Amino acid sequence: MQKVYTRIEAIAGNVITVKAEGIKNGDLAEVTSAHGTSLANVIRLKGDLVSLQVFAGARGVSTGDEVRFLGKPMQVSCSDDLLGRIFDGSGRPRDNGPELKDQMIDIGGPSVNPAKRIIPKHMIRTGIPMIDVFNSLVESQKLPIFSISGEPYNELLSRIALQAEVDLIILGGIGLKYDDYLFFRDTLESGGAMSRTIFFVHTAADPTVEGLLVPDISLAVAEQFALRGKKVLVLLTDMTNFADAMKEIAITMEQVPSNRGYPGDLYSQLASRYEKAVDFDTAGSVTILAATTMPGDDVTHPVPDNTGYITEGQYYLKNGRIEPFGSLSRLKQQVNSSTRDDHRPLMDGMIKLYASYQESLEKKSMGFRMSSWDKKLLAYGEMFESRMMDLSVNIPLEEALDLGWEILSSSLDQDETGLRTELVRKYWPKNRE
Amino acid sequence: MDRTSGKVIGVTGNMVTVEVSGRISMNEVGFIRMGEKKLKAEVIRINGSIAELQVFEMTQGISVGDEVEFSQEQLSVTLGPGLLGQIYDGLQNPLPALAEQCGFFLERGVYLDALDGERQWEFTPKVSKGDTVRPADTIGIVPEGIFEHRIMVPFTLQRGSYQVTSVAEAGNYRIHDTIAEVEDAKGRTHELTMVFDWPVKRAITHYQERLRPDQPLVTQVRITDTFFPIALGGTYCIPGPFGAGKTVLQQITSRHADVDIVIIAACGERAGEVVETLKEFPELTDPRTGKSLMERTIIICNTSSMPVSAREASVYTAVSLAEYYRQMGLHVLLLADSTSRWAQSMREMSGRLEEIPGEEAFPAYLESVIASFYERAGIVRLSDGETGSVTIGGTVSPAGGNFEEPVTQATLKVVGAFHGLSRERSDARKYPAIHPLESWSKYSGRISKEQVEYVRSILYRGDEVSQMMKVVGEEGTSTEDYIIYLKSDLVDSVYIQQNSFDPVDAAVPIERQKHTFDLLFRVTAGAYELENKEDARHYFNQIRQLFLDWNGAESDADSFAEIESRISEKYREKLVSYDTRVKSLISDEEGR
Repeated sequence: MQKVYTRIEAIAGNVITVKAEGIKNGDLAEVTSAHGTSLANVIRLKGDLVSLQVFAGARGVSTGDEVRFLGKPMQVSCSDDLLGRIFDGSGRPRDNGPELKDQMIDIGGPSVNPAKRIIPKHMIRTGIPMIDVFNSLVESQKLPIFSISGEPYNELLSRIALQAEVDLIILGGIGLKYDDYLFFRDTLESGGAMSRTIFFVHTAADPTVEGLLVPDISLAVAEQFALRGKKVLVLLTDMTNFADAMKEIAITMEQVPSNRGYPGDLYSQLASRYEKAVDFDTAGSVTILAATTMPGDDVTHPVPDNTGYITEGQYYLKNGRIEPFGSLSRLKQQVNSSTRDDHRPLMDGMIKLYASYQESLEKKSMGFRMSSWDKKLLAYGEMFESRMMDLSVNIPLEEALDLGWEILSSSLDQDETGLRTELVRKYWPKNRE
Repeated sequence: MDRTSGKVIGVTGNMVTVEVSGRISMNEVGFIRMGEKKLKAEVIRINGSIAELQVFEMTQGISVGDEVEFSQEQLSVTLGPGLLGQIYDGLQNPLPALAEQCGFFLERGVYLDALDGERQWEFTPKVSKGDTVRPADTIGIVPEGIFEHRIMVPFTLQRGSYQVTSVAEAGNYRIHDTIAEVEDAKGRTHELTMVFDWPVKRAITHYQERLRPDQPLVTQVRITDTFFPIALGGTYCIPGPFGAGKTVLQQITSRHADVDIVIIAACGERAGEVVETLKEFPELTDPRTGKSLMERTIIICNTSSMPVSAREASVYTAVSLAEYYRQMGLHVLLLADSTSRWAQSMREMSGRLEEIPGEEAFPAYLESVIASFYERAGIVRLSDGETGSVTIGGTVSPAGGNFEEPVTQATLKVVGAFHGLSRERSDARKYPAIHPLESWSKYSGRISKEQVEYVRSILYRGDEVSQMMKVVGEEGTSTEDYIIYLKSDLVDSVYIQQNSFDPVDAAVPIERQKHTFDLLFRVTAGAYELENKEDARHYFNQIRQLFLDWNGAESDADSFAEIESRISEKYREKLVSYDTRVKSLISDEEGR
């Protein structure tokens, strides 16, 4: 059932209003203007007035343009043909490949019944010690990467995409710089990870509304593959752009803003996306890593703040490193007890020593005299930063733990580590005893 | 009277505008017919023949012209035997049964019965023919897990006297079987079953009188019980930034609190955390009864991705269930996590209704709504003289961790205790991260008030000294001041901090708290002969280590008494005298 209307009553921002009957909330329509055809979806019904947000933007749309209602909500294909392909925010190919039409599914489907979820218990190894050792990523976890603009969060995401032990990577770009999009594409291609990756990329040059769809499309596809038993990792960058797009639409729709212009439902909107992360009882899982830039390095800004309440921890990216203090993986306790018996104590011990190193560093910068203990700590901290914290380090967890002992033993004595004697005996490198 | 019906004339987000023909009432439940499905909604504003409804589901697919049926009933909960151990969503749909029917996802428009209509209950009558009863009086009892579940005259009947005209004999019945008939003053007969519906937004007030909450509720969390106690029938709130451990603290409390029934309302929070409770509780045994913890627990779960408008319903559903069990003379603890999410859903609705926004766009009625919710807590004397209570503990998730925001402030006005969590303490891994200086409680606990006051004063002084030390360094601090700092650090690390992973330290019974606190108090009240700061630090480190070992020792183990005597010996080694202000509080002969 397709209905065509040729009179647009109002145009404001990217929202157009037509008089139409029998239209359902959330339905999709095609708007054909002099500049081409764009999809739009129904966001408000009021009597016979139907408001739609136009994905390609309402610029250039005239009151006499054609609106054709498709009688169905937004859908996306999720066949295996998606692998290795690149799409835009509305699900159209960006890589000159064919459009996919089979196995269409609705986006933004219902949420998972909490009674059908299971307690996550599988670690996702990434080869990055600051993640694997100190804040393990767990299947079905949702974690943001909080960072200031300019930090290498996209580099970090691409490294994770290359190294993470998962079946399928879905990369959702929202307001991505075109250069960054090319960077992702080239890195994954040269790393040979393209065949297990699906891109949904909305660049900064594309219309804002399309960016709003990227998380929904990415997660709907991820969910389908997870139901088929796949371990899926969804990388979203950058969720602050998503929130800003939402703000733009909300203001256009004359909604009352709540905090710094963001709509009052920011929390619920973000949560309904992040909560798609799930470990299915008898099938696969969806894990979400989302870059969230903090305007002005302010973690109390509404976007990072609301995100933090939703997600299961966060990675702080600071000075090109994953900062060990603010970063937290709430689920790490579920997995790091079964890796190696020194994992937990070493993790805690090294962080405590690193905290002491920071104190010594502060003392040093204030011109206090350095004791021999301070000097040892300084040596330890520097080695820790260069050999462990550097993002380019790519080693398996076990090697990373060994490296931890190596760093401890080359700067400290056995009884200065604060670790239990039996552990020290077991793992202390033999050549240093 | 015909049922009122209507037609949809507008949809915005989760709000639907309906043109109504006939009578409707505020908060009445309506069903929007969408093909085969019926979506539940609640009337939130009426203007002439136009009503606005908040829909408890996603509104995708609703179109103008869809039919709406009104139920003539307000949003209600089903009350009856079989509620314990259940996992409900905000509208009292049993989630496991829903999963059986619909699989992984929460289908829209599927509403199941809250209670199993087929299950047989062993009924014992408590009244006989000819007796006079009033609403909320007990007609009979059925065993439900470890409790005697009272089958009461429905609270929905008009207040007044009723005469029992028949009552079922002892035996097995299903919940919908008639178990008694009563006749009102006008001679009308009412058939009574074991269940009835109660509108969630009305408080149940069928009691003789409300009492002052003066009995402490023991949570087995040291800082709470000793420093900031909560009371049976009291209220408290836990505001804190993300990552400060609100939910973990609630989980610990739900396990160890000394109450009969715990109701957990997970309102707009992470699903993963609810799952932990769902999967772990059936495995854990309740130390008081030896049965599974689940048998005393009800979980109401409306996680953040579930429909926003049902969040409000979920807290009211939870408190109504709590009040119901209170009517049986039981003590119920309601833990709501988090009330901010509920306030946010009010804000969303208020925005859609285009009401004039208050601070941070929250509606102007935010404070009164929060206040009336917390006021549903209380300890009451029932008509048979027994007491029952509802205690409410709510977490608050302030934006940016800033307690000045409207929801925290509105909550602080009405609660009896404030357990403020601090980012600083949680970052330093000092758990539970309740701030020992900023928090407060208006209730009295089981531990000597004077002792607690004294130790708190040490904590204040210690904090001052440590602030000062940041400026002048250790060198510039006097040894006396430094010792005060060490004492406050000792209290913090061996008493305020508690290791929830340690089997012994995780939950500390109140007698043990009294015992350890008394010794700790004597240590802090002591004046010591210590040469210099280095000595002092060393000395207190030794005491601290002993206390930490003591915390890990089982109360009935030999090591417990042994470590205790070692602590006593250790602190007396350099003890010169006790602080004269508190000498009278020291029980042993040395105090004199």
